[in-house]
Amino acid sequence: MKRRTVLKLTASALLAAGIFAGPAFAEGDVLKFGASAPKTGPLAGGSAVTHWPAIKLWVHDVNAAGGIKVGDKMMKVEVIEYDDRTSGEEAVKNIQRLINVDKVDFLIAPYGTGLNLATAPLIAKHGYPHIAVTAVTDKADEFVSRWPNSFWTLGTSTAFASSVADVLKTLRDKGVIGNKVAVVNVADAFGIELANAGKPALKEAGFEIVYDTSYPLGTQDLAPVISEAKKAAPDAFVGFSYPPDTFALTDQAKLADLKVGAFYVGVATAFPAYIGKFGGAAEGVLGAGGMNPDTPVMQAYLKRHKEVTGMDPDYWANPVTYASLEILKQAIERAGTIDRAKVIEQLKNGSFDTVVGTMTFDGNINRKFWTVGQWQNGVFQGVSSTGVGGEKEPVAKKGWN
Amino acid sequence: MEIIVTGVLLSGTYALIALGLTLQYGVARIMNLANGETLVAACFAAFWIYTATQVNPLFALVAVMPAAFALNWAIYSLLLRPLVRRAKNRGMLEVDSILATFGLLFILQGLMQLGFGGGYYSYTFLAVPFTILGSPFGLNRVVAFIAAAVIAVALYLFLNRTRQGTAIRAVAVDPVAAGLSAINVDRASAFAFALGGALTAAGGTLLSTFYTFDASMGVVFTMKALIIVIMGGVGDVRGAVVAALLLGLAETTVASLIDPGLTLAATYFLFVLTLLFRPQGIFGRSTA
Amino acid sequence: MSAFSGREIRVFLAAAALALAAALPLADQGYYLSLAVNVAMYAVLCTAWALFSGPTHYISLATAAFFGLGAYTVGLGIDTVPFAALIAIAGLVSAIVAALVGLATLRLSGVYFVIFTLGLAELTRQVVTWLQTNFTTGVGLYVFTDLAERHIYWMLLALGAAVYLSGWLIARSRLGFAMRIIGNDETVAAHVGIDTAVSKVLLFMISGAFIGMVGAILAPRFAYIEPPAAFNPMISFQVVIMALLGGSQRLWGPLVGVIPFTILFDFVSGQFPNHTNLMIGAAFMLVVYFIPNGIVGVMERLRLRLGLRKTPSASGQEKAA
Repeated sequence: MKRRTVLKLTASALLAAGIFAGPAFAEGDVLKFGASAPKTGPLAGGSAVTHWPAIKLWVHDVNAAGGIKVGDKMMKVEVIEYDDRTSGEEAVKNIQRLINVDKVDFLIAPYGTGLNLATAPLIAKHGYPHIAVTAVTDKADEFVSRWPNSFWTLGTSTAFASSVADVLKTLRDKGVIGNKVAVVNVADAFGIELANAGKPALKEAGFEIVYDTSYPLGTQDLAPVISEAKKAAPDAFVGFSYPPDTFALTDQAKLADLKVGAFYVGVATAFPAYIGKFGGAAEGVLGAGGMNPDTPVMQAYLKRHKEVTGMDPDYWANPVTYASLEILKQAIERAGTIDRAKVIEQLKNGSFDTVVGTMTFDGNINRKFWTVGQWQNGVFQGVSSTGVGGEKEPVAKKGWN
Repeated sequence: MEIIVTGVLLSGTYALIALGLTLQYGVARIMNLANGETLVAACFAAFWIYTATQVNPLFALVAVMPAAFALNWAIYSLLLRPLVRRAKNRGMLEVDSILATFGLLFILQGLMQLGFGGGYYSYTFLAVPFTILGSPFGLNRVVAFIAAAVIAVALYLFLNRTRQGTAIRAVAVDPVAAGLSAINVDRASAFAFALGGALTAAGGTLLSTFYTFDASMGVVFTMKALIIVIMGGVGDVRGAVVAALLLGLAETTVASLIDPGLTLAATYFLFVLTLLFRPQGIFGRSTA
Repeated sequence: MSAFSGREIRVFLAAAALALAAALPLADQGYYLSLAVNVAMYAVLCTAWALFSGPTHYISLATAAFFGLGAYTVGLGIDTVPFAALIAIAGLVSAIVAALVGLATLRLSGVYFVIFTLGLAELTRQVVTWLQTNFTTGVGLYVFTDLAERHIYWMLLALGAAVYLSGWLIARSRLGFAMRIIGNDETVAAHVGIDTAVSKVLLFMISGAFIGMVGAILAPRFAYIEPPAAFNPMISFQVVIMALLGGSQRLWGPLVGVIPFTILFDFVSGQFPNHTNLMIGAAFMLVVYFIPNGIVGVMERLRLRLGLRKTPSASGQEKAA
């Protein structure tokens, strides 16, 4: 089982490396998409799971189905990829190159809040539709008025944080947990925004915060954090965390046998690597994101993702990234042209069928998104959303074995 | 008490990595910026061995260390020896070696990305609680610490009890004088560099049992190792171990008692104190 | 050589090059301008870096720290303080930090300095994040201005000119004279009554201030300032590499390193998006082994070889350079 994963990983890496040697399709019948996102640098770990495989699968799916129908002609899809090395200057330059040198027809949004914002003015200037996915922010409304070509899909930090309070409240009403919560966060834009929104929401819901601290990005020695939290004897643990520390917090909680009825950690809880590492101990862990994996569309998506990319997707932003591309495709087909202004018009007013369900933009913002998920029977089920539908009931975290 | 144990456990792996660097920098005079990449490569090797064949990472050491030794010997012979020959003084070698190993850092990182991609990796090995003085600690950390301690003691004995070890120490003190007293400085340097690489790889293998790693993580460890090496005194084994202990303790103490956000500040504070009061390292004698 | 003195020719050439560079946005406002902004950014960073590290031979890895401080100054003050003032404040803040770091480490030998500066960016990042976490509401800062790429580019050119001018003035001042003696032999310098520590700290402050100002000028380009991007340690490494590639002993040395290196980096990341690190590492090794004295070294050897035919006696200069 494990051996196969490694082999596949290696194989897919080799495959990904080989793709660029292949010849492009014939000029004229090809729609060129440009993608600039981290392949190296601090954010590469996340984009390797969430961003690149979704793009790869989408290109595969579209071309297998004959392409995108523009007017009366079917056009194949080709993606030009650049590595922005997780740096703003590189990202800006890559987008410039994609627009001015490669003359791509459409752009795929960059990865991460910072890189999306750094490139947004440029993308807006050239009038390309910009469907941002991996940018969780409270300022989406302000961004839309600034860049009317931008669309925001993944949600707001306030909703993510207050949903955590909601889920805990549900568990408290069920009598699973008491009133005491330990809150920790990674001292990084995402973690701090969530903690700042989450703590008041928890207090408002009548919870008592018995331990509250932050730790720097990239810290993996979190034994002190967990043992201090444990001393405060909380009923629930909430960690607004990032990939390496999400693993480390869980590891320590398991070792220290932190007895809580609810255990929440942030980004990467929905990653396949999480269940891969913790197996049965992940059961009942709450985390950021989620989706409804039970729909037939999603079942098929999960299967196809594994077949085409050789790896499992995460249960949150990866399908949304794929959905953002489906939306772009549908908008192009409805516009019947590659006139970008017309495509943006279609995006503003349409409703789109995607792997994550029907998505519509209200003021360029998707207002219905998943916020909290939970590992239940080995699957990361969405347990809270802002009205997507299909949420499962949250359950208690029962021990670590 | 819990804080002290956590700190000590943490320092074990730090010590191994720092020992590796202190040999490379103190003896072979190569400031190896790619040291952290050796560590990460060992993490991947251990991961691969463990997931593919279920071989215990502790046994994996038996394969990883000689492999790292051979690889680093090759790196020294092929890439670094020309620089050593061409350098007119130590300053020039320092600049050249920083540049060369920086290039090496990129190449190693690129190779690892090619092989494993940019994602996060970790596996579970001995992640069960082990009680020391009434508090639970990860058994993998305890085992890693013991293994690190055994390796460090072996190194100490090797350097102080064997002929080759004495030669290495002589080169560390003064390569010219060592050359005059019939020591093959070039060979001793190559040996020290390779041994340093092997120690770092051992550190990486042990680290991988309880750490989540990715291909671009190496620089952080190079940095910590450098600080430890300077605090302990360049080329000083005892110093490196003590400095690693101090660093591990300081980090955990500050994280537990003051604020986890200030661990690095604490590290640097210690570092500056050392620089101001004992610039020759904790055990160093001032060299006039 | 000719009717003009060497200095006049050089001043004229520099002015012409600057004017030519400033005219670039008229020709292209797209990709090439973006590339030019990156070149200009690294040109200023590397030259400012070499102001200090060239004469002292101390390899500073603190560039990212000053750069980030500059960007943060703008991020914090953009809503209340005019942008021009913020650039000045950024320079001042960086100079103060440089002074503190310099006082703590520059009295010692170079190795300690290298290692301390290696972690300085990380340390500053942590302290800034910690301060923000505990005393303000968020960590990400938004910088929205009306400045376009070309404005940023022109500001960088102006700053570059200022760096060159300062470098030229320093070389002619007491400080520059002192630095040359320190660079050759620190003990001698101390014996002839030069306060080596003060001289080094002063120069480090000037260098740091310019780097901080680059960070400030580039902040509007990022639009969103967060610690990992602002204090990206890669900036420090790239600056060292490019400056050494060019040759840090001459004021114009870093520039001839920056231009080919930025273009090479760009070419590699465009052609081999999945193998950037590998290719760059390999290119780098080639440089270290085959162009050991930097491009300046190559150029001087060439000039020497050309000059050799006329005046055979000039050959002793190579070693001194």
